[in-house]
Amino acid sequence: MAARKNIKTLTEPVGISNPITRQVLGICSALAVTVKLDTALVMSGALIFVLVGSNGLVSAFRNLIPSRVRIIVMLTIIATLVIFIDQVLKAFLFDISKQLSVFVGLIITNCIVLGRAEAFALKNGVLPSMLDGLGNGLGYGMILVLVATFRELLGSGSLLGIPVVPEMLYTENGGWYMNNGLMLLAPGAFFVLGFLIWAQRAMTNYTEE
Amino acid sequence: MDTTLHLLSLAVETIFIGNILLAYFLGMCSFLAISRKVETSMGLGFAVMFVNGITVPLNWLIEEYLLKPGALQWSGIAGLGNVDLTFLNFIVFIATIAAMVQLVEMVLDKVSPTLYQSLGIFLPLIAVNCAILGSSLFMVEREFDFMESAVFGVSAGAGFFLAIVTLATIRYKLKYSNVPSGLRGLGIAMLITGLISMAYMSFSGINL
Repeated sequence: MAARKNIKTLTEPVGISNPITRQVLGICSALAVTVKLDTALVMSGALIFVLVGSNGLVSAFRNLIPSRVRIIVMLTIIATLVIFIDQVLKAFLFDISKQLSVFVGLIITNCIVLGRAEAFALKNGVLPSMLDGLGNGLGYGMILVLVATFRELLGSGSLLGIPVVPEMLYTENGGWYMNNGLMLLAPGAFFVLGFLIWAQRAMTNYTEE
Repeated sequence: MDTTLHLLSLAVETIFIGNILLAYFLGMCSFLAISRKVETSMGLGFAVMFVNGITVPLNWLIEEYLLKPGALQWSGIAGLGNVDLTFLNFIVFIATIAAMVQLVEMVLDKVSPTLYQSLGIFLPLIAVNCAILGSSLFMVEREFDFMESAVFGVSAGAGFFLAIVTLATIRYKLKYSNVPSGLRGLGIAMLITGLISMAYMSFSGINL
């Protein structure tokens, strides 16, 4: 029984109660780092790490944290984890960490992390909390990867930096195809995410009043 | 004269061309959540402008005199001169912002109860608004000086104010239109934001 509940904790946020499209959490970075697929993947990895870690730690300390100062305690835990992952990225993936610029630091104020700590980890045990973190992280990563796939494919005709659209189709080479430059700019991100939200909500039959 | 002009162009650039919300996507969560009513969105916009105008220059001082490599030289203690504490900036900035928000709340409560009434509920929300932390981090990344960071802080907040009030007014009108069921709420707000952001892109031709 407990195992089944844990599985539900893990899978529900990936699909039905997806943090981005349903709970409206963590949208800033979903839009900002999705120009290319590789930055989106690294960002998702970083967020999953922070989310699992912070949910686990907050849950482990949940009986020790006085509720009046819980926000600042949670922020400290999250900020420590973010500093850690930022240093790791700077050491091993310097190029991508340069492209992500301030957005790694902004994981601290990413509403998913604080939101899940507040809504789930403060009330549940360590293992379910970490699973909840993993599930929400994966749900977040899924949306990020989807948005980034559309934007990179339509905007630069490549995936993970590898050209996908055949060279001969481009107008410069006598073909008919052109990359959609709008996808690389800010409005493209809003449109792709808007349509994704529509698709996800239509599939799960969810309507906001 | 030259510096005034430079600061003015920085302000115009941050408000319109590099709008913190529409070009850098910071503060989206509160932007989408609090844009249902025009009055509340104005309250939040003012609060962001106010807090941002204080925290960005404050964090500049902290970065310059505490965290930067060689920043502790003023202390005169041997060995502290070349300590590099930049890796601590996330945690220090967020602590400053949280403390500042608390302080602003207390001061406003004493000095101007009317302003406190209108901003009150938004101030705690702001501590975790990515636009505030984001402006401080951008300030470090773009290597502003003190005056520049003060102007940047206020005008980034002004850009946020402009964007959120625009969306709130459009959403107010939208109440009477028949939106497909799955698109209601967040979805349509996202598409509208895309259109607003496209409109703002026409400012990018301005040469300052």
